[in-house]
Amino acid sequence: MEALEAMKRTEADDPNKHPMDNVLRMDRIPHIWCPGCGIGMVVTAFASALEQMQIDLDDVCVVSGIGCTGRVAGYVKTDSFHTTHGRALPFATGVKLGNPRMKVVVISGDGDIVSIGGNHFIHAARRNIDVTVICVNNFIYAMTGGQVAPTTPQPAYTTTSPFGNFEAPANIPRLAESAGAVYVSRWTSLHMRRMTQSIIEAMAKPGFSLVEVISPCAMYYSRTNKLGLGIDMIRFYHENAVIKHGEPTENLDIGFQKQIIVGKFVDRERPTFSESYEGWKKIIKTGKRES
Amino acid sequence: MDATYSGSHKMSGNRACAEGGLAVGCRFLAYYPIQPCFEVVQHFSERCIDVEGTFIQMEDEISALAAVLGASWSGMKAMTVTSGPGFSLMMEHVGLGVMLETPCVIVEVQRSGPSEGYPTGSGSGDVMQSRWGSHGDYEVIVLSPNCPQEMFDMTVRAFNLSERFRSPVILLADKAVGSMEEVVMIPKSEEMSIKKRKRFSGPKEKYHPYEYDKDLVPWMVKVGQGYRFHVTGLTHDEKGYPVMSEQCQEWNVHRVIGKITLFSDEIIDYEEGHTEDAEILVVCYGSVSRAAVRAVRQVRKEGVKAGFFRLKTLWPFPERRMLELAEQVDTILVPEMNYGQLFLEVDRCSRGKAEVEFVHQEFSQVRSGASIIKAIKKVSVKA
Repeated sequence: MEALEAMKRTEADDPNKHPMDNVLRMDRIPHIWCPGCGIGMVVTAFASALEQMQIDLDDVCVVSGIGCTGRVAGYVKTDSFHTTHGRALPFATGVKLGNPRMKVVVISGDGDIVSIGGNHFIHAARRNIDVTVICVNNFIYAMTGGQVAPTTPQPAYTTTSPFGNFEAPANIPRLAESAGAVYVSRWTSLHMRRMTQSIIEAMAKPGFSLVEVISPCAMYYSRTNKLGLGIDMIRFYHENAVIKHGEPTENLDIGFQKQIIVGKFVDRERPTFSESYEGWKKIIKTGKRES
Repeated sequence: MDATYSGSHKMSGNRACAEGGLAVGCRFLAYYPIQPCFEVVQHFSERCIDVEGTFIQMEDEISALAAVLGASWSGMKAMTVTSGPGFSLMMEHVGLGVMLETPCVIVEVQRSGPSEGYPTGSGSGDVMQSRWGSHGDYEVIVLSPNCPQEMFDMTVRAFNLSERFRSPVILLADKAVGSMEEVVMIPKSEEMSIKKRKRFSGPKEKYHPYEYDKDLVPWMVKVGQGYRFHVTGLTHDEKGYPVMSEQCQEWNVHRVIGKITLFSDEIIDYEEGHTEDAEILVVCYGSVSRAAVRAVRQVRKEGVKAGFFRLKTLWPFPERRMLELAEQVDTILVPEMNYGQLFLEVDRCSRGKAEVEFVHQEFSQVRSGASIIKAIKKVSVKA
């Protein structure tokens, strides 16, 4: 509430101020993302989710890994960490266990979370650590020069698959579900309203939640594959994204310029790591455990 | 049971290390199973329930140290424990810990390497890795205990130094020290000196994570206090924001190194014996130092003018004292359970003032000290 009022106040007071001044580090703008990139929309969705939730920003902590999306932590005005490549989740695990009051959000890219951080992703989901992961999937390693990613569809071109990618891409929602995530959804950066809503639901849900956002990389992915500008990718999402809530996650593979199924796929209950751990400690302390 | 298990107890070095952590206020331990260090974790996990601490088995050593860094920013004193291959995996986050200036303790109970090596054998092959293991330029504090009592004391000191300097501190033990059982005196909690990190409590808009003081150490805050700080492993300015320039790189890294090198007198700790008139000096550390000290005392009885210089801190290295001693003695012997690591540093710091010789120690024969006595006698005959 406070945040909303403050937002209105700043808007009314100074027309030069951005309505998201409260959530973003305006002293760091302009950001580093290329024209046509979709990460900015994810940040906008995240910022408006925080505002709509009327959550105290002092209680939010954003942890990022490395890469284009890894830079998000540096633009959000909360306690924020820009860590090592792939290790945002274990770092976030430490923060959350150290201060269970915090709402910890990991925002990072597909390479960071599914490739180098794949093991951490599986185990954070298995333990059901109470964090929300927003995984921006642009099908490519962009910051390092457009290399093939574990999410690159077959047979897309990248700088390291000059004759087309022949590897099978990862299905992130399926991985999350099988590892034990309690909330899994996927949107594209076109679905601003639904993505925002999904981030709110994911953050409110105790346990490990994942919001995957398919997002255009206009500089590498679409240019190498001759798919036009960022806006053309958004147009493609508009024509080819199909909302199917509850779709079994095995059907969520993404083909090259094929239909993209979006929606909320998993929403279930499971005790979180901290709940189990605290419960376990209580049982041991009271000596009720049968040996 | 209390957090501080005061009194005198017979316990192994590994258990003493866990008790040291608990006594100094460590309430978070993340680890990944490996030997021969595991007894530390086992003991900590059993005692954890008494002190409302948290321990978590992560998916690998990389994530174990990452979680420790996260917990440290949440305001906890945190440690991780590992051996050999696990230490190699942790190197990435030693660098992050240095760059984010995060207090934490890494206990490494060394085994023989390389690779999987000899997991139940003792060794000192990670001396140089502990100093130079992560990429880029940095300084790190490394302590070397030689008995269970020092495993306790140095774990406490490691936490105190990490809080004082806002830096990861490595307790570089070895399997022999970790497994040996001796009497350990644990002081009462009120008698212990416990240092806390420099906290910032000023107005929220005034906080910059890397604004520092005369001691070159920046003030720290906790996650969730409302300071809404940003920190990054990238080269950063005083606000913690990444700045890609040579100037900022210099500003950033120069200070992170300087905060340790300029204040190394606060850190460096060693023990000397019979050095006043020594002609032969034995430089030693870790479990080998037990045999080396005994060897020196033995040859003294036979009239050989030998002395020992036992290092309690390996890094920063006591360069000044080493040079003074090198100017005084004729020969320096460096017995190590490796193929010559700290020997290189001793040789460098002696600047040719004395003959420096390496004495290889095998784990199975180290206890007798026979090879050290033999080496001293060989040198004394030559002289």
